[in-house]
Amino acid sequence: MSATQTPLLEVKGLKKHFPIYGGILGGKTGNVYAVDGVSFAINRGETLSLVGESGCGKSTVGKAILRLYPITDGEVWLDGARIDNLSQGNLRPLRQRMQVVFQDPFSSLNPRQKLRDMIAEPIINFGLASGSEIDDRVGALLDKVRLPRDAMYRYPHEFSGGQRQRIAIARALAPGSDLIICDEAVSALDVSVKAQIVNLLSDLQDELGLALLFISHDLAIVEHLTHRVAVMYLGKIVEVADRRTLFATPHHPYTRALLSAVPVPDPTVKRQRIILRGDVPSPINPPSGCRFHTRCPFVFDRCKTDEPQLRDVGHGRMSACHLDVVPDIVPNQPVAAAA
Amino acid sequence: MPPLLEVQNLQTHFGTIDGVVRAVEGVSFHINAGETLGVVGESGCGKSVTAMSILRLIQEPPGKIAGKILFQGRDLLELSEPEMQAIRGKDISMIFQEPMTSLNPVLTVGRQIGETVILHEGVSARDAEQRAVEMLTLVGIPAPARRVREYPHQLSGGMRQRVMIAMALACSPQLLVADEPTTALDVTIQAQILELMRDLKTRVGAAIMLITHDLGVVAEMAQRVIVMYAGRKVEEGSVEEIFLNPLHPYTRGLLGSMPKLGSSLHETGRSKLTEIQGQVPSLRRPIIGCAFASRCPQVTDVCRRIAPAIEEKTPNHAAACHYVERALAAA
Amino acid sequence: MSTTTLTPDNFTPAPKLADVLPPRKERGRVGMFIHRHPTIAVGGFMVSLFVLMAIFAPFLGTVDPTALAPAKRTRPPSEQFWFGSDMLGRDVYSRVIYGARISLIVGFSVALLSASIGLFIGLVAGFFRVVDTIVMRFMDGLMSIPSILLAIAMMALTRASVENVIIAITIADVPRVARLVRSVVLTLREQPYVEAAIASGTRLPMVIIKHILPNTLAPVLVQATFLCASAMIAEATLSFIGAGTPPIIPSWGNIMAEGRALWQVKPYIVFFPAVFLSITVLSVNLLGDGMRDALDPRMAKRI
Repeated sequence: MSATQTPLLEVKGLKKHFPIYGGILGGKTGNVYAVDGVSFAINRGETLSLVGESGCGKSTVGKAILRLYPITDGEVWLDGARIDNLSQGNLRPLRQRMQVVFQDPFSSLNPRQKLRDMIAEPIINFGLASGSEIDDRVGALLDKVRLPRDAMYRYPHEFSGGQRQRIAIARALAPGSDLIICDEAVSALDVSVKAQIVNLLSDLQDELGLALLFISHDLAIVEHLTHRVAVMYLGKIVEVADRRTLFATPHHPYTRALLSAVPVPDPTVKRQRIILRGDVPSPINPPSGCRFHTRCPFVFDRCKTDEPQLRDVGHGRMSACHLDVVPDIVPNQPVAAAA
Repeated sequence: MPPLLEVQNLQTHFGTIDGVVRAVEGVSFHINAGETLGVVGESGCGKSVTAMSILRLIQEPPGKIAGKILFQGRDLLELSEPEMQAIRGKDISMIFQEPMTSLNPVLTVGRQIGETVILHEGVSARDAEQRAVEMLTLVGIPAPARRVREYPHQLSGGMRQRVMIAMALACSPQLLVADEPTTALDVTIQAQILELMRDLKTRVGAAIMLITHDLGVVAEMAQRVIVMYAGRKVEEGSVEEIFLNPLHPYTRGLLGSMPKLGSSLHETGRSKLTEIQGQVPSLRRPIIGCAFASRCPQVTDVCRRIAPAIEEKTPNHAAACHYVERALAAA
Repeated sequence: MSTTTLTPDNFTPAPKLADVLPPRKERGRVGMFIHRHPTIAVGGFMVSLFVLMAIFAPFLGTVDPTALAPAKRTRPPSEQFWFGSDMLGRDVYSRVIYGARISLIVGFSVALLSASIGLFIGLVAGFFRVVDTIVMRFMDGLMSIPSILLAIAMMALTRASVENVIIAITIADVPRVARLVRSVVLTLREQPYVEAAIASGTRLPMVIIKHILPNTLAPVLVQATFLCASAMIAEATLSFIGAGTPPIIPSWGNIMAEGRALWQVKPYIVFFPAVFLSITVLSVNLLGDGMRDALDPRMAKRI
């Protein structure tokens, strides 16, 4: 993994709001503040995971980067070139650099397309091969994802969920991209199949030097696969750190609650849980000040009025919490007990 | 003391156009009063069908249930439908995975909880609403008197699951069957619901049959565990035994393929997860020999020919594998 | 734990379990198809029968359907006139067999034309907001007029001919297909595989052709069979009231129109074409029902 000057992907102040229409005349009555000011960077060959619970906006970030819809505000830079303000026509050649694997293996593959056509589509789109060369390439890609070559003449419904995700990965690898966005790519799979796909992604990353933006709510998988982690809550990033730092010493109160909530498959471990009260507020009407203040066990008055900025708090970690500027009142507890 | 629920040689088959699907093939287990049994397995292993069979919620054509399901000594499969209805919701209750689709969107929450009470205890609508408010308080929903008049869509996912639990516990059942109760919930909400279930269990004293694919949830909640694969029970034991001393190769594979939180603290780089090669065999064709043979790392010819019986290998710990001793020695 | 030597004696086999359900009959491939899709089998078979009947009309013991023989008029069914003769002495049997041609030609043509045109309109409307607003309002307007009245009005503007009958009925039916396709397109646009195609650099026209179109064909096909059935009835209705196929050409509607005055005394003139029409329409509907069930995406998950 070579360190280069410019990060492969850089997101600055990304915002995506979805308008809500209602009322008698169907006018705009409000916004869903799905993503409200997100910034991060991914270097070549590294995996950054975007974690959070449902409604935090992580999937929206992925789709916004891919320009599957226009963004409301902010900048997206791919390898030093700004891409968020390009027309779809100008963006198209750059799409070769970033691909996506979606969550649902059943609806992310066209049921009426043969595998060969599906995987060849990006190859043809970017003019990377023609004629019989295409079939060779498709075959090589199927080899890479450990599927038999003759699968290319079959249809998606003949394959299981795990195999379909492999097909989706093969399609994502087809144009030879540097960045793959995995939007909950393993969430819909069984435990043992998840392991296969996670191992595959890991191997492919090592082999091809891929960068991965791994969007997930499954912290254990993320810990296994990622280099760095960004934790999102209600449209904002609350903490960014590298793997060890985050999982050994989670800092932000939400990160701590999140990690302590994950059930551990070890009956002998009795943990003190931080149980958050209440439900996640709606992204239509986010709380004032710090968005987490309605559920935070350490809330104090400043939290309700001022929004904390994401700042560097040492150890290569960034955090958005007012407690960072007062001496830390509660000692950090390592989340996992010693094995 | 005899077990509260005893399932003997349960078979549930479905006659589909493409052939007979043997969803549950000879499963036996028991649940004692007040204990939590975890039923673990991946999709298609038959755990949900087992639960539905116990409650006789299977459509009889095309399905068909065989075996014995003894609840407090009575064979549930011999009961008539009215007798079964008297049991469902009162002695045995069930909560489902998807709280949105398991609640009727056009009835208020209070009416849905009250429905069970009116049906089984014949109280008036007024008293039923009162009981509904009590149940909502019990499951930790704030402002229950107001919430009791609300509709499911006005509540969040976590709250709807609490309502489901309230419905299930309204008549103080002795057995609660929970089919993936927290799978559809966010992890922080899941923590709340699991804490609630643990708390309620000590208060209400019900036995719980907890069906899930999440081994972390099982480790936290269950006292005994059975592991299912391809419609069969492949291992059974106490929760400590299953996690610390798994005997069946499938259980070992399953535990190995789960990444554990805290893994980054113990290794230097990123390691690989254990993979179980291959896929679950089709349930449409009769399986000859061990169901796990096609994927087992230690398969032999014997495994392919003779299906292993589930037997006790170490005290109170049973597994369906011919080579447990050899595996233990190799481990 | 001591490792016991594992000899065959140590392997405890699991107890054999009896079959819960009665054994199933073994079926061949054709048998399997009929068992799984009985309506397609029956409907398809009947429709094929009628098509063959129409094609091979001259060889089915018919005579010239327009041959007049006034001396032998209004004879009941007999050895010579299998279905009897009408008021001009024409053989009802031959007319009915040849009449099948008109009904089938009209039915299939309307189905094909309205499906194609409706498909095109629906695809465009589903993707381009501007087109959607303008065109769909126009379609709604057309649909508010009962289709038979619309067809009659069209026919009043032109001379009677089979082609014009087809065009008139098509115009009345296109809005239905367009609406259906548009709603399917709106759902398909949100599918992850369409997003994946866009992310793979596929241009919009190719997205429509490769990804949207193939997935709209199934519902359109089903709709087309129902349109075929209703077109056959529409043609018969138009002919019956004299606004359809010219009387020279035998069509089931025409035959019934001519026999209407006499139907109380010579019912066979109306009876036979009516029966044929009913059975044909029923078969086409069965075929459509069967195809709808077979192509239902919920069924696809069973595989």
